[in-house]
Amino acid sequence: MTDTAWIDAALTSARPQAVGALLRYFRNLDTAEEAFQNACLRALKSWPQNGPPRDPAAWLIMVGRNVAIDDIRRSRKQQPLPEDEAISDLDDAEDALAERLDGSHYRDDILRLLFICCHPDLPATQQIALALRIVSGLTVKQIARAFLVSEAAMEQRITRAKARVADADVPFETPGAIERTERLSAVAAMIYLIFNEGYSASGDTAEIRSPLCEEAIRLARLLLRLFQSEPEIMGLTALLLLQHARAAARFDGEGAFVLLDDQDRSLWNQKMIAEGLALIDKAMRHRRSGPYQIQAAIAALHARAAKPDETDWTQIDLLYGALEVMQPSPVVTLNRAVAVSKVRGPQAALEMIEPLAARLSNYFHFFGVRGAFLMQLGRNDEARVAFDRAIALANTSAEAAHIRMHLDRLMRDSQPRGSRISKK
Amino acid sequence: MLYAILCYHDEDTVGSWTKEQDAAVMKKLAVVQDRLTKQGRLGPVARLLPTTAATTLRKDDPPLVLDGPYAETKEQLLGFYIVDCNNLDEALDVARDLGAANPGGAYEIRPVGVLNPGSVKT
Repeated sequence: MTDTAWIDAALTSARPQAVGALLRYFRNLDTAEEAFQNACLRALKSWPQNGPPRDPAAWLIMVGRNVAIDDIRRSRKQQPLPEDEAISDLDDAEDALAERLDGSHYRDDILRLLFICCHPDLPATQQIALALRIVSGLTVKQIARAFLVSEAAMEQRITRAKARVADADVPFETPGAIERTERLSAVAAMIYLIFNEGYSASGDTAEIRSPLCEEAIRLARLLLRLFQSEPEIMGLTALLLLQHARAAARFDGEGAFVLLDDQDRSLWNQKMIAEGLALIDKAMRHRRSGPYQIQAAIAALHARAAKPDETDWTQIDLLYGALEVMQPSPVVTLNRAVAVSKVRGPQAALEMIEPLAARLSNYFHFFGVRGAFLMQLGRNDEARVAFDRAIALANTSAEAAHIRMHLDRLMRDSQPRGSRISKK
Repeated sequence: MLYAILCYHDEDTVGSWTKEQDAAVMKKLAVVQDRLTKQGRLGPVARLLPTTAATTLRKDDPPLVLDGPYAETKEQLLGFYIVDCNNLDEALDVARDLGAANPGGAYEIRPVGVLNPGSVKT
């Protein structure tokens, strides 16, 4: 790795902590970002000559703060403001920073920075874009590319989001235990959203969107390092790792979606699986279950099966049952039905999803799954109707192509035997 | 004499490497490792998973299980090599070669008292 590449990595890794501290110091997102940017420019000049500092984040905070204060001083000199007032302001702030450098606050700094991005007024897409810009430091161009929108549109989205959080009035005091827990769960949900943005990509866009998955994993690990003993954060990190471990097997050469049962398991990333399994093991020890842990445990059962028919579907059914209690949702029941179809057969599974029809009447996966159960039961005409509906509701071309594959199979199977023989 | 070369690095930084950067570092390290292997001097090599996957058992009475690594420090133990060297200078040479391939962080060079090669299959 070249020197500059090392510096890039150091700047990226120091970013959440440095911007978080500068934000607490200046209480303004734009000022904090600009201060960090200026500090980075100085780092690029100074580090290659003097070598990297022992604590890059502390260096960047110190330099960023000094540059910004210089700017403030300069602009205040041009205005008729009493100089001593400015100085006393700075003295207070200086104390606050000294506190930070003891390391006592940095956990809450980073959490606050992440939390600001998931303000409830912001739609999910804006939350994610803002976090990727501010916390991860991705360029607008990179984010636009990952979201498949134009740079101008993404610039506008981020600007709008920033304006909204600027008005939002997030408290800067050290949060209490309850508030911290609330922030933590909002931030975890946002990291999961970032991951899903990348994970729900179709085959032709998976390549350019997968950095979103990697960034989500990096943020989850960051959060876990700050909150070492939170089983749900372990569960979240495990879940992301176990799902992303399958990335290379999820699409075939033509970009078509490959079902879990049909994936080439030798393509699964064993290192990510090992880390995911280690984390879920750690989490389970706490005996404080939660939705991320359960979903991770389900992913772990898939990861542990060397072949599809070694999958412990009974256990998966039980885990989905627990998830249904914790987080009742027709989508969870739909997923559970797939496990039920493996354990108790397609008839039981079909009966389970019939009551969901009204609520999932516009949900692609509902009709895909329903069609598959009907097909297994040999009710081909009904299956065809369900698959047709699924295609109409498909979100990506890969989804539609996958259903079309089922339809083709139905067509083949429904042809009278004689007609195929007669082709000879 | 066997030496353990313990690899310490800023975990955030290593975790911020892109896949390509990571692969490039591993490739350079492999060159050093291959040379040592040919000389018959390389013992077990380990790259540890992130400290977020670590658990610590405090040997109190009763033993206390804690989430996370033993020490909360900026630079963490991320892996190790076992290398056969005639003396400390040779061990430092190996560490310098590894360091040239993977700059940043530090290596702790520790003579090994007992090495049980073990029986795990990898």
